[in-house]
Amino acid sequence: MTQKELEIILTRQLASYLATPIFIVDPDGSLIFYNEPAEALLGRRFEETGEMSAAEWATLFEPRRVDGTPVATEELPLIMTLKSRTPCQSDFWIVGLDGRRRHLDVVAMPLLGQASRFLGGVLLFWERGASP
Amino acid sequence: MRVTLWGTRGSLASPGPDTARYGGNTVSAEVWSDDGHVLVLDAGTGARRLGASLAGRVKRVDLLITHLHMDHIQGLGFFAPFYSPGLEVHLWGPASSTMSLRTRLGRYMSPPLFPVRLRDLPCDLTVHEVPCGKFHIGPFTVDATMICHPGPTVGYRVNVGKTSLAYLPDHEPALGLHGPLLPDGWTSGLELAKGAGLLIHDAQYDDEEYASRIGWGHSTMRRTIEFATLAGAERLVLFHHDPAHDDNTLDAMTRLALAAEKPAMPVSLGAEGERYDLAER
Repeated sequence: MTQKELEIILTRQLASYLATPIFIVDPDGSLIFYNEPAEALLGRRFEETGEMSAAEWATLFEPRRVDGTPVATEELPLIMTLKSRTPCQSDFWIVGLDGRRRHLDVVAMPLLGQASRFLGGVLLFWERGASP
Repeated sequence: MRVTLWGTRGSLASPGPDTARYGGNTVSAEVWSDDGHVLVLDAGTGARRLGASLAGRVKRVDLLITHLHMDHIQGLGFFAPFYSPGLEVHLWGPASSTMSLRTRLGRYMSPPLFPVRLRDLPCDLTVHEVPCGKFHIGPFTVDATMICHPGPTVGYRVNVGKTSLAYLPDHEPALGLHGPLLPDGWTSGLELAKGAGLLIHDAQYDDEEYASRIGWGHSTMRRTIEFATLAGAERLVLFHHDPAHDDNTLDAMTRLALAAEKPAMPVSLGAEGERYDLAER
């Protein structure tokens, strides 16, 4: 596996200390890490899912709007952020890998490193509510 | 490739009888290729004697700075090649996200901190913002990567043919970790050090000291040995000695760290004047 950029390593280390759920992707959108609070919302430990491509994670959690319509991959805030390199936010329902539905607020931010290198993005979650 | 240490001390120069064996000058090292090209790594106070030793021996000097903390740049104003009219000097180092390298250096190399400005030096000076990734200087292939230390800081790997040096004088790869260092790309600086013939690495603290200095950007001796082992380095030099550690303290710390970690590679304390000849494998 190739060496991660320092800023990404530090972001992971910060995320591992925070109680805020965080999901980190590289510039291609591949998931490279999510922290323990995110594991609780996504329903599976990162060690079990491992890294995965954008095409995989974008559909894995079955994101749906409040009205029940599916959120297309290109409409997901993190995917939009990677494309535009600007912040995006939204709320939607997901189905965690533990089978539970959760209503999440999400904020996606681009990660820019030293010399303005584009390193990917982070997604911050906030749980609004859950249904069994 | 031949590597000589001219300054091994971190943070603050610490001359005196208690530090005479390992040296009191702050960090600076010299790297010669077999065909007579020279790199200077960092310009702590050790760079004064190093620079003087180059007089009349070279037509070009490349000085690679890892970062701009004072123990890495205080020797700049006393670096003899700067005052050699027409000598080609290339100064490499990291920019910040808001200031150029020249501007950052100018904060030290200008009144009131220093009487001579960079622009007034008589040498033929070129300042390069070091690119992340590989670049070439004469026969040297240099790889620069941002590493974990406060402020923009790079580590260097220098290759000539099949010989390699990894130089990470200020580095805290274990920041935020409680267990072992992480493999698979998640440990800062590991790629630079992988399989290096010689690894020169920060080893400023013992475990007890580190507990109250987390985030200061430095390593313990034990973490450094762990890092070298994970990287598969062939030889490790413990570097950037704390100014409060005299020679006997350094010896005692090293004995304890070696007993605890039992490294497979040779490990020694960096000492001023120590020379390492790296042969082709």
